[in-house]
Amino acid sequence: MKSDSQSSPLGELEGAGDLIINVGPQHPATHGVLHLVITLNGETIKKVEPHLGYIHRSIEKMCESLTYRQFIYVTSRMDYLSAHINNHACALCVEKGMQIEVPERAQVIRVIMDELTRIASHELWWGAMAMDIGAFTPFFHAFREREKINEIMEETCGARLTMNYYVPGGLMADLHPDFQKKVKEFIALFKRKVDEYDELVTGNIIFINRMKGVGILSKEDAVSYSCSGPAARGSGVNCDIRKLYPYAVYDKVQFDEILETGCDSLARYMVRIREMKQSIRIIEQLIDNIPEGDFQAKTKAVLKLPKGEFYTRVETARGELGVYIVSEGATTPYRIKFRSPGFSNLSALDHMARGSKLGDLVAMMGTLDLVIPDIDR
Amino acid sequence: MNNEELKTKITELLPGATFDETGEWLNINVEPADWLSLAVKLRNDDLLFFDYLFCLTCIDWKTHLTMVYHLSSTKYRHNIVIKSKLDVAKPEIESVSHIWKTAIFHEREVYEMFGVDFLNHPDLRLLILPDGWEGKNPMRKDFEDPVNMIKL
Repeated sequence: MKSDSQSSPLGELEGAGDLIINVGPQHPATHGVLHLVITLNGETIKKVEPHLGYIHRSIEKMCESLTYRQFIYVTSRMDYLSAHINNHACALCVEKGMQIEVPERAQVIRVIMDELTRIASHELWWGAMAMDIGAFTPFFHAFREREKINEIMEETCGARLTMNYYVPGGLMADLHPDFQKKVKEFIALFKRKVDEYDELVTGNIIFINRMKGVGILSKEDAVSYSCSGPAARGSGVNCDIRKLYPYAVYDKVQFDEILETGCDSLARYMVRIREMKQSIRIIEQLIDNIPEGDFQAKTKAVLKLPKGEFYTRVETARGELGVYIVSEGATTPYRIKFRSPGFSNLSALDHMARGSKLGDLVAMMGTLDLVIPDIDR
Repeated sequence: MNNEELKTKITELLPGATFDETGEWLNINVEPADWLSLAVKLRNDDLLFFDYLFCLTCIDWKTHLTMVYHLSSTKYRHNIVIKSKLDVAKPEIESVSHIWKTAIFHEREVYEMFGVDFLNHPDLRLLILPDGWEGKNPMRKDFEDPVNMIKL
């Protein structure tokens, strides 16, 4: 649906007043408690105002009274689809401050877990986004494969969603004996399934018409709104933290940073689909090469970060997550700030949506991949 | 540019700036009054080109507030941190939302959580807190809420 206000009978209506509608906070297309106040003229969007805070738990304030071992667990609840990666960012920040050397085995396992999380997150996004724009079947396909990842996680970490598997210095426990076998089975299966996804949705002409040219975000605007992750890479911005500022063992594996130059919803869609294939590539390189050794470095029982400031960033499934710790030398952080990718990506929504049709808004929200607890924190 | 070059360049732009190199990145302390003119230069200078404001936040030090801006360049990949001390009784600083659009949202968050007044912000109102919120700013250190306990 391209915005062509002259020819469309539902376009800009002369003399018609503005219509204000509320989407959410309880709405199936927002996938969480996001409240959008939309100003419409006819079918054309004049303004989108997000109202946040419906799931604000004040995690930053809460972390000020939690120790460096405790606060990591709260962060699983921010971007619950990238729980491992959130934990990774926090663990890295504490390790940087304490100068803890993480054993090679733990680093490799962390990267495998992160990439499995990324696949699981993108799968959920793929199913949910296709459902938003009217295709119901992909949702079941995506959840069928995602279930396999959840099972792998459950075996090793004991939880399916908020894993809390990373601790400062390494991992909480060693891998389940079946881990490698199960992951290999999953990879073999998933490789076929990704191609099936392409057949089912990507090449579909109705789908392409719904996505192409919708929600244009230029490269300059993507940087100015500090968008990151697939939302920015769809506009051709080099922003993959795994490539730019490698952490763990990302500098030792081969993978491509996916860039698309379409700047529209289809480009952002393609980035995620192609990213899943890169994640498989990373896991394949590592799964047979997990080094033997400790899964956790020896650390003091009570962690105290030296006085100073520490900032780490990682690439979650949604983009750049920054953890900024200001320490006064105590056992708890003095101030902690989570630079969440969703918050910045959402800020670009108003700019993207202006002038397009109301029906296209779900395609834009879908391809921004908003996770509301991550935005509100 | 490395930290030394950045330091020389920024001293040229703003002779009054002081530096701190103890952290990972170069920290620059500026007066709130100097911030806007420096921000424009940081963004538009061809050799600096800080186009990516990846983190904007505030710290409550009880005696004063500190605004913290993390800047990066997508062209040269150098990073700096700008800090500006604000008066705790009347915290105000110029908005940079017309330079980096991400600041529109981030400054609104800091406005409601810390009570910092951003001058010339296009749309400074509550974003996360419910409409009609009265009372203190939740992220300030002296904030206590006996009903919805945040502190443990």
